[in-house]
Parts: sequence; C-alpha cells; structure tokens
Amino acid sequence: MTRRLQPVVALLLVAVVIGVPLWLVVATAGKSQGEAVDPDLTPPTTWHLWENLRQVWVDADIPAAFLGSMLIVVPTVAIVLIIGSMAAWVLARRSTRLTAILYALGISGIILPPAVVTVVLLLRQLGLAGTVTGMIGVYVGIYLSTVIFFVTGFVRTIPEALEEAARIDGAGPVAVFRRVVLPLLRPVLATATILICLYVWNDVFYAFFVIGGRIDTLPLNLFQVASAGLYLNNWHLIFAYVILMSLPLVVTFALAQRKIIAGITSGAVK
Amino acid sequence: MTILSAGAPGSIVRRTHPLWFLVPAYVLLLVFFFLPTVFNFVYAFTDWSGFKAAINPVGFDNFVQLTSDGTLFRSLRITIVYAVLVAVFQNLFGFGLAVLLERDTLVNRIARVFFLIPVLMSALAVGYIFQALLKGTEWLADTTWTIVVVALIHAWKWMGLSMLIYLAGLKTIPLEVTEAAHIDGASQWRTFWSVRVPFLAPAVTFNVATALLGSMNGFDIVQATTGGGPARTTEILNIFIYRTFGQGLFAQATTMSLVLFLLVAVMAFPVIYVLRKREEIL
Repeated sequence: MTRRLQPVVALLLVAVVIGVPLWLVVATAGKSQGEAVDPDLTPPTTWHLWENLRQVWVDADIPAAFLGSMLIVVPTVAIVLIIGSMAAWVLARRSTRLTAILYALGISGIILPPAVVTVVLLLRQLGLAGTVTGMIGVYVGIYLSTVIFFVTGFVRTIPEALEEAARIDGAGPVAVFRRVVLPLLRPVLATATILICLYVWNDVFYAFFVIGGRIDTLPLNLFQVASAGLYLNNWHLIFAYVILMSLPLVVTFALAQRKIIAGITSGAVK
Repeated sequence: MTILSAGAPGSIVRRTHPLWFLVPAYVLLLVFFFLPTVFNFVYAFTDWSGFKAAINPVGFDNFVQLTSDGTLFRSLRITIVYAVLVAVFQNLFGFGLAVLLERDTLVNRIARVFFLIPVLMSALAVGYIFQALLKGTEWLADTTWTIVVVALIHAWKWMGLSMLIYLAGLKTIPLEVTEAAHIDGASQWRTFWSVRVPFLAPAVTFNVATALLGSMNGFDIVQATTGGGPARTTEILNIFIYRTFGQGLFAQATTMSLVLFLLVAVMAFPVIYVLRKREEIL
C-alpha cells in the first residue's frame, strides 16, 4: 500500500511545493505589464515571455552584470581552492601544537560571521574599495575556512604512502602537491567548487558593502531592477530577470546532477 | 637526494610538508578576515560616520544608545527567533523529504532534483517569488506572525540541502542492523525510530548547526520579502546593519556587527558541543 502511494505523494508534493512557486515565475514573466500588476497563478492570456526576456536583457544590461559576476566568481573559486588546499594538506600532515592552533583559526570562519562593515574601511585603507580585487579578497577570506575544513578532513583519509613513492623518485613538495595530492583531492574540490560558486554567484549582502553601485553583478542588478520594478509594478520584468539569472545554474546542475549529489553526500557527513 | 639522511626526528615532515604552504592562505585570512574582525572591536567604540572625516573614540555611547532605544534587544530577539524557527522548519522538511524519497526509484530521483532547484536559486529571487505569491494577503503584514512566514520561506529554500544530507546519513546505515531488528521482531515503526534514526545523529548535528548559524547571518530572503517590516518586526541584525550603513551611520552598523559576532560566538560553541554529546549517547 505505502509502496504504491509513495510515488503519488512524492509527485504531488513536487507539484505543490516546488511547482506552484516556479509556475508563478514563468506565468508572470509571460504576462504583459497590465496583467502582471497583481501576480497570481492564472496563465497569461497571450504569452509575452520572449519579449519580456529580451527587454530585461537589454534594459537591465544583463551581459554586463553577467560579466561582473564571472570576473568575481572565477578567480575567487580558483584562488580559494588552490591556496586553501595547499594549507589544508600541510595542516593535515603535520601534527604539532602550532598546526593545531592554526587549524582552529583557519576553520573559525565557518562559524564566525565576517565583519562586513569594517572590511569596507580596511579596503579603503588598502586602496581596494569598490574594486574587483577587493571583492575577491573578501570572498576568499570568507570561504577559505570552508575549504580548509573540508580538504583537511579529506587529506587525512589519503594514505601518505602515495606521496612517499613520488618523493623517493626525487619530487619536491611542490611537485608532490601538484602531481600527487591535487589529483587525489578531486572529489572534495568538486564539492567545494559547487558550494562556493553557489554562495558567491548568488551573494548580494557582501557585494552591497564592497562594490555596490560601482560594479554590477547579477544579484546586485536584480536588486536594482526589483527595487525599481516593485515601485513601478513591473513584476513581469522581475521574474523575467529571475529566469535569466537562475537558468545557467539550474541547467548546469541538471546536467551534472548525479556527480554533484554524490560529491555533496560523500563530503558533508563524514 | 638527501631525504634518507634526515637529521632530527620530524625533519622529514618539515621538509616534505613545508610550512610556507600555509603562507598564502593565512596572509589572506589575516588581511580579509581577522583584521576586519579586530577592527569591529575598535570601531564599535567610535563615532565613525559618513558625515565627517575624523573618527573619534566615544566609549560605550553606541551600545548605550542602541540599548536605550530598544533596537539592540529587539533585533537580537528577532534574530534568535528567526534562527531557531529556520533550524526547526528546515530540518523537519529536510528529514521528511529524505524519508519520503529514500528509495532510488526514477520518480524519487526526479523529485530530489526538483527540491534542489530552490537551493540553486538566489535567495533574493526566492524572496521576490514569495512576496508576489503572498501579495495582498495578511501573511506578510502581521506584526506577530510574519517572522514565522519568513522563516518558513528560508526553510523552503534550503530544505533540499538538508534533504541531501539526511539522505546521505540514511545511506550510511548498514543493512544488517535493520535486518537484525526485523528478525528480532521489531515493527517497521519501531525499527525506524529506535534503530535507523539514531544513525542520523551526525547529519542532525551538521544540519542544525548550519541552519542555525546560517540563518543568523541571513539577509536576502528577509530583505526581499519584507525589507524588515511590518513595523520592523522582521528586522534581523543584518537588515539593521545594511540599513544603518546605507544611512551613513557606520559606527552603529559596526556596533551591531560586533553584537552579531558575539551572539554567534556565544551560541555556536554550546550548540555544537551539545549536539556532539548527543551523538555519543545515541
């Protein structure tokens, strides 16, 4: 009985809990401005989805915001993963009081909230206020803890004998790290990449303080569009923007979902 | 090579895992994480603002002012209520979904992907969706219950991630254990609660801790659905920080940022300790 009921319940739940909000997005994004003033679940009388998408693409200058997001996300993820796993490797392999203290400091950022106001002051003093470099630095500072935590735990499960073989062949630490350790870290780095991409790609809070108004990213831009749009009752444009902004991540995820789910589940609970 | 002619004990480790590998990470951590945190403790006691160039120490003035007009404790209370509600809802939903979608059938695999879509979407977008969905109802206009609605929305966005982690936990339960319970004559219900659920303790720790601490740092969802209203009853600390910073009251924003830091530090360690202890008992 439960076996036959379970798929029905699962599908119903998907339809109501996920389907309804997503339908609201698509239906509203397909309406004319007049119809979208009071957003509801009725389908548009005539579909204007394509025009609306094109209008926000041009008016809200999505290509520029997309570029801004990419300029920040790509270097952030690369830097945080490389220097984070370098540190994590050494922290996992050396067990002294010094490394224990450094490890505790290194992962403290998982719990402690970043000082978002004073970082602005600091960036000004460093001449990095409002720059892409400053933004990348702030994100790296915030997410290094996550990388150090996950990777250190993972390195401890890798037998050191694998490194020794390379060492006997004469490889120095850099070569051992690059040729032996980094490839072994691939599963945990894949998980960390997804998590950090998600956080940075979607972040609006830290971006406000650091680069708000000087560089556009997709979430900052959405916030502007929506702040103006709510005032003007332009719900159709807000949701057209939401579709354009969410689609890249959702498509990437749908294509890679099996690997990603396996990576997250193996990384998080161990 | 000289690897085999090592001198003092431990020198191999020193040479093969050199400390300079730590330098780039810790320099960036120092500059972009620890220094601003130290600044938090300094500038909370000044009159730093957008209206004048000089910054002067003022002692506890900011704290006194925030305490006396009630803002400090109201924001603190709202933040804690919000975080606890999110942690409860998100875990109930995530746990329920994981149990419902546990078997690897086609329908379940597809359903899981759908529940992950909100996780991938920006929190800001999620906030606008629910603002539109609830527009014209009482749901976002009630001074008592709106905080609960906003917490439900937050839990809706992240329940897919909790579900994944509970699913991973369910997968680690050895089959022999449930079979043994079955042979001993335990009912399905009993097997579930007394045998399988205890195995989920590490997943509970992870999920509760991340939901609690993550929502104390919340901003986007509340900003997009209510902007802190009605009558500032959903103004969690980060909304206050954002608003006062925007008004140029930098010192007040810093003071609240320090309060948030202390709140999280004070709450995090007992929470993680208690949950870890519970893992041992079960």
